[in-house]
Amino acid sequence: MHPIPKLVIQRLALGLLLLFAASVMIFVGTMILPGDVAQAVLGQNATPEALANMRASLGLDQPAVTRYFTWLSSALQGDLGTALSNGRDIASSIAGRLQNTLFLAAVAACISVPLAIFLGLLAVRYRDRWPDKLISAITLTSISLPEFLLGYVIMYLFSVQWGLFPSVSNINDGMSFLQKLNAVALPAMVLTLVVLAHMMRMTRAAILNVMQSAYIETAELKGLRRFTLIARHAMPNAIAPIVNVVMINLAYLVVGVVVIEVVFVYPGMGQYLVDHVAKRDVPVVQACGLIFATIYIGLNLLADLISILSNPRLRHPK
Amino acid sequence: MADTLLEIKNLRIEATVYAPGEKPRDVVIVDDVSLTLERGKVMGLIGESGAGKSTIGLSALSYGRGGIRLSGGNILLNGREIRAASAATLRGLRGKEVTYVAQSAAAAFNPAKRLMEQVTEATLHHGLMSKDEAEKRAVELFRTLSLPDPENFGKRYPHQVSGGQLQRAMTAMALCPKPDLVIFDEPTTALDVTTQIDVLAAIKTAIAETGVAALYITHDLAVVAQVSDEIMVLRHGKMVEHGTVQQIIEAPREEYTQALISVRSIDHQQKQPTPEPLLRVEGVSARYGAMAKDVLSDVSVELHPGQTLALVGESGSGKSTMARVITGLLPPRKGTITFDGRPLPPALKQRSRDELRELQMIYQMADVAMNPRQTVATIIGRPLEFYFGLRGRKRDERVQELLDAIELGKGFADRYPAELSGGQKQRVCIARALAAKPKLIICDEVTSALDPLVADGILKLLLDLQSREGVAYLFITHDIATVRAIADSIAVMYRGQVQRYGPKDQVLAPPFDAYTDLLLSSVPEMELGWLEKVLAHRRMTSAGN
Repeated sequence: MHPIPKLVIQRLALGLLLLFAASVMIFVGTMILPGDVAQAVLGQNATPEALANMRASLGLDQPAVTRYFTWLSSALQGDLGTALSNGRDIASSIAGRLQNTLFLAAVAACISVPLAIFLGLLAVRYRDRWPDKLISAITLTSISLPEFLLGYVIMYLFSVQWGLFPSVSNINDGMSFLQKLNAVALPAMVLTLVVLAHMMRMTRAAILNVMQSAYIETAELKGLRRFTLIARHAMPNAIAPIVNVVMINLAYLVVGVVVIEVVFVYPGMGQYLVDHVAKRDVPVVQACGLIFATIYIGLNLLADLISILSNPRLRHPK
Repeated sequence: MADTLLEIKNLRIEATVYAPGEKPRDVVIVDDVSLTLERGKVMGLIGESGAGKSTIGLSALSYGRGGIRLSGGNILLNGREIRAASAATLRGLRGKEVTYVAQSAAAAFNPAKRLMEQVTEATLHHGLMSKDEAEKRAVELFRTLSLPDPENFGKRYPHQVSGGQLQRAMTAMALCPKPDLVIFDEPTTALDVTTQIDVLAAIKTAIAETGVAALYITHDLAVVAQVSDEIMVLRHGKMVEHGTVQQIIEAPREEYTQALISVRSIDHQQKQPTPEPLLRVEGVSARYGAMAKDVLSDVSVELHPGQTLALVGESGSGKSTMARVITGLLPPRKGTITFDGRPLPPALKQRSRDELRELQMIYQMADVAMNPRQTVATIIGRPLEFYFGLRGRKRDERVQELLDAIELGKGFADRYPAELSGGQKQRVCIARALAAKPKLIICDEVTSALDPLVADGILKLLLDLQSREGVAYLFITHDIATVRAIADSIAVMYRGQVQRYGPKDQVLAPPFDAYTDLLLSSVPEMELGWLEKVLAHRRMTSAGN
């Protein structure tokens, strides 16, 4: 059998297993949180009968295993339950938020990934010379600063001082694509600065590693330009490590942007999650956890698949 | 002198060495070397490692590896000075006027790209031909170099073809842009002897058909004699002797050249088998992990005390697997091993300390077989402590005895491996094996990484130690000359099986089986026209069949 389908199926199966394990952990994790949901909803003065009724209506009197599978099977069908705090359907309230989060992440990714790889290539081209050092200095500085500080500094400069972009990233369905882009410009900029260094450094390191190979010398002795040589001969052999770091950072753009969303009052998943954790709204926390886990595992799976496909030995077996 | 292609005058090449704990200092790698190469001629550059051959070869591309600087003299290519030319000028001539064939084609091809793309890259980059023309030329070259299925060969990736085919593909890559000069840097050294002869023949044909000039770099005088018009002998970055092939081979003037030619002149008396063998391998089959096929199948050999059994064969024939089975690193699937009259437990863990002691190993790569942070005394002293519990003064005295036995003087005990030459490192490894007072030492390609003269010294030392200590050797090698020099009996291995086995005089005497004949006739001989003779002989025998 060709090794690629086999490896792909293996990875997919592994991803599903991982997702299943994550869902168990999310469920168990929210179960051991202190507090009683019925008590929280009905308040301190509720009678024991009312509490029991409430639990029964929420299904909380069932054994944990039964509740887990009920929860999982409805989640698989797209039913994430209703929020305890406001009684709304979780799936429909998350949909818009998730869309916003993905939009911001996509904008940040479209800027940061090509930029990081290009800067990485440039750093290799001018290795140990001033462009390399400058790139490293800037990206390392930006990664070392706390996100919120970076957010406020950028807000102060671009919004307050120069008035280029709005400081509050309000977006809604009525806005055109360009208006939306304008709205998320500042948070996207901050996110880019946060993830740039990691990807750039990895690109640089992975390519420098390949640059030691004999086939780079071969290419150099063909009279190729330095940059052509790096992009055409070194880069294809450094894809696997680069893709892995890119995917980890993309996942971070989706699941780790709480602080930035708060700073720019952006209506995304992170804020939604934090709000409902404060209210002990267990079904919402579970739903968000499940979505984040899916995205995280999905992106890493994708990184694995790209790494496998980028290996000519696997693509073209003997 | 209208025909002069390359003229190197008083070339001086330096490099900066950054030794730990010392100030960086400049060392001279090539000093005052001059050569003139005419269009269409082939010059062989020959010498030991460190002689500066590759460095001189690359200087024709005005290229220095690592921190190497072409610091003085002139390099005139097509009448133009290129030693200190600008980067843009050099890019213009590299891959167009001069091309390069590296020693390890397996490493010199980009694993992520198809062969055709790489073979035609320089041609297209310099705009010498259209894509169609370049690919047509590549296919023609594949055909000239007798590569299989030349039309489709270029569609493959480097890992899909064999080492010998890659080396020929590299030659095609170098010839594709129709350069004036090709630098062949040890193009057949990494190949098996049976493959080497095909590649050598292919390179010779290609040079003759394209009329290109070449610098052919190698440490093997017999090889260079087959392809060159002239030979330059180098040592320590200086020229020793320069002349036509005939003059160098038949009437060498310098002592060093004479030593190179008469290398492997060890005279070894074959010993008769004793009644009881020291090592008896019976019906051994072995494979790695979940592999579907055996790497060794049904191998039986015997080795007598104080004698040498040579295991000969090309890479992949199962020689080293044999060593792993005997040492217990890879327990066999079938078969038994008897050592000194008693059965040897198959796995390393089940063996007693004495069984471990009596069986020692020496490896091909001496520098990675030693801990770089231990001194020679620690390295040799370790088995003395481990097996005999020697400590303090007694241990030091024994270390010195062993150092004397391997002909290294007093000062060596406190040195680190990095401060030793290749041959000295291998000597230390021999001393470490001897320290255990073994009955059998397995020598796995112990001279393959060494220069001929150094290797000769190691072989003489091993023979000398054998006659004094009575130790037996299982000698794994792909080099027939080595086998001739030291073996008492020989097992020729091919694809995991023993093809031919017996006392040396019988194994090396006709009638041969087909494989042994191929193996023996492929070993280059120091003789003009040897290559043509062998090829003609093969054509005749294959026509006869």
